[in-house]
Amino acid sequence: MNLFSRHKNTVILAAVLLAQFLALAVQVKRQTAEGPVRVIRLIAVTTLAPFERMMIYTGEGVRGIWTNYIYLRGVRSENDRLKDDAERMKLDRLREQEDARQARRLQALLQFKERWIDATVAAQVVGTSGTESSRLIYLDKGTADGIKPDMPVITPDGVVGKVLAVFGDHSSQVLMINDPTSGVGATLVTSRLQGIVKGTPTGEVQLNYIMGDENVLPGESLVTSGGDRVFPKGLPIATVTKVSMGRNLFLDIRLKPAVDLNRLEEVLVITSQKAREPDTAGLGPIRASDILAQHLPGVPQAPTTGPVQSPAGAAPASTAVAQPSHASTVPVQSVAQKPASPKTAPTADVAKPGTAEAGKPKVAAAPKPKAERVAPQ
Amino acid sequence: MRAMNLSYTSNEQVEVYRFSWPVSVGLPLLLVGLQAFLPVRLHFFRVFDFGLLLTIFFAVSRRSQVSGLLTGAVIGLLQDCLTHTPFGVFGIAKTLVGYGASSIGIRIDVENPGSRFLLAFFFYGIHQAVFVAIERELMGQSIHLNLGHEAGAAVANSLMAVFLFAALNRLKIRD
Repeated sequence: MNLFSRHKNTVILAAVLLAQFLALAVQVKRQTAEGPVRVIRLIAVTTLAPFERMMIYTGEGVRGIWTNYIYLRGVRSENDRLKDDAERMKLDRLREQEDARQARRLQALLQFKERWIDATVAAQVVGTSGTESSRLIYLDKGTADGIKPDMPVITPDGVVGKVLAVFGDHSSQVLMINDPTSGVGATLVTSRLQGIVKGTPTGEVQLNYIMGDENVLPGESLVTSGGDRVFPKGLPIATVTKVSMGRNLFLDIRLKPAVDLNRLEEVLVITSQKAREPDTAGLGPIRASDILAQHLPGVPQAPTTGPVQSPAGAAPASTAVAQPSHASTVPVQSVAQKPASPKTAPTADVAKPGTAEAGKPKVAAAPKPKAERVAPQ
Repeated sequence: MRAMNLSYTSNEQVEVYRFSWPVSVGLPLLLVGLQAFLPVRLHFFRVFDFGLLLTIFFAVSRRSQVSGLLTGAVIGLLQDCLTHTPFGVFGIAKTLVGYGASSIGIRIDVENPGSRFLLAFFFYGIHQAVFVAIERELMGQSIHLNLGHEAGAAVANSLMAVFLFAALNRLKIRD
């Protein structure tokens, strides 16, 4: 009692801090290999684990002495059998990987849908989080206006963020793209590389997960890729301002947001998006063998001597499907939907006789991951 | 120019103040609310941490460690309400600041502008250090301090503290 009264203030400080630490640990989930785990559980497990490990190791040690030194009958034959199993499993795994890749491509072709903005609600920015660590804004629209969590928030200039929570009829909270916990699927307009736009603790915006050997130049624009299932495809996000080599083999790409996130007064909340099937009228039937053929190396086509074909947009897309060696870097729907883009018009490149590109095997010229990148989600 | 007297001598008496209930409750609500609203129109206000300044002010005025840490906890949790981070991040940081500021308030003179500037500067640093430690160690976020920005923000908050504390002095009631 005497000790408590002597250190009363310190004890109260410790109690208040402990209460908040516990409250925090109950709320926070730490990402682990097996999924998110509450920190309180992590702490408890981390504290108890050494004792449990000690018990287990002791038991295993005793068992190990028996099984590894005393009881070794039949180990050699069992080892041979297990080696055979492992070899068979390796082959199974390779076959399943190939099946999975093919399935993904077929799924992408058959179920691809693009989403388009159908309805928006204009909202006034009425507040912020008041701290630099949390890039939030509050809007004067809520459930009464049809606002729901995860709805995209934009301005005519580009992407602002997404609705994080809705508080009642006339209030909602928006997480902006410059918050470190945000993430927007993005495509670089020129190079068609895809990455994730995230905020930094200082309120800047950066593009993540672009490999260090890719060529990204300042000034290049970014648009939404649609892959995050929140933002419709093609909305302006930002412009590249600085590119340098970052850590873990990825580029450190700094961006200037298309929207001035510090001076927002009115925004638009996208309350409805409609899925639209791609126009596949001119594509003809898509066969699994066509898709599978994309995996195989193609024979370089000899330069054509005939008349130059019409631009990529006018070229029949079935050509791209029928010539898998050329189409391997671009899925069919890209050819059909983005006729003006030179990156998505392989048929035009192929058709130009006399150029350096003509006759070059496209499979070797373009890295295979690009085919994955442009594949729709 | 009068030399700055930072520590109390045995002849000086430490003055303890209290605040009326409307001030104790209303002022944090008003300032934290203002801090959330003002950056919409005045972007540079995002730099200021009125919750922190208020915690320091109440702590050094009341000169009670328990009161200081509880005030810090309440103001911090109030700020946590407005963010999307879990409750307790600002709460813990400001609890420590409240406890520290009241402990210092007992020992040194915090009534002159110079000491108030230094006090706010010091506790801004402590607050940010605790905040980053919680974010990194407890929440697993990879946060890196931008020292230049933090130093600028510390100076801005310290300057604001000098003027804000002078204005809030009128609300003190001598115990």
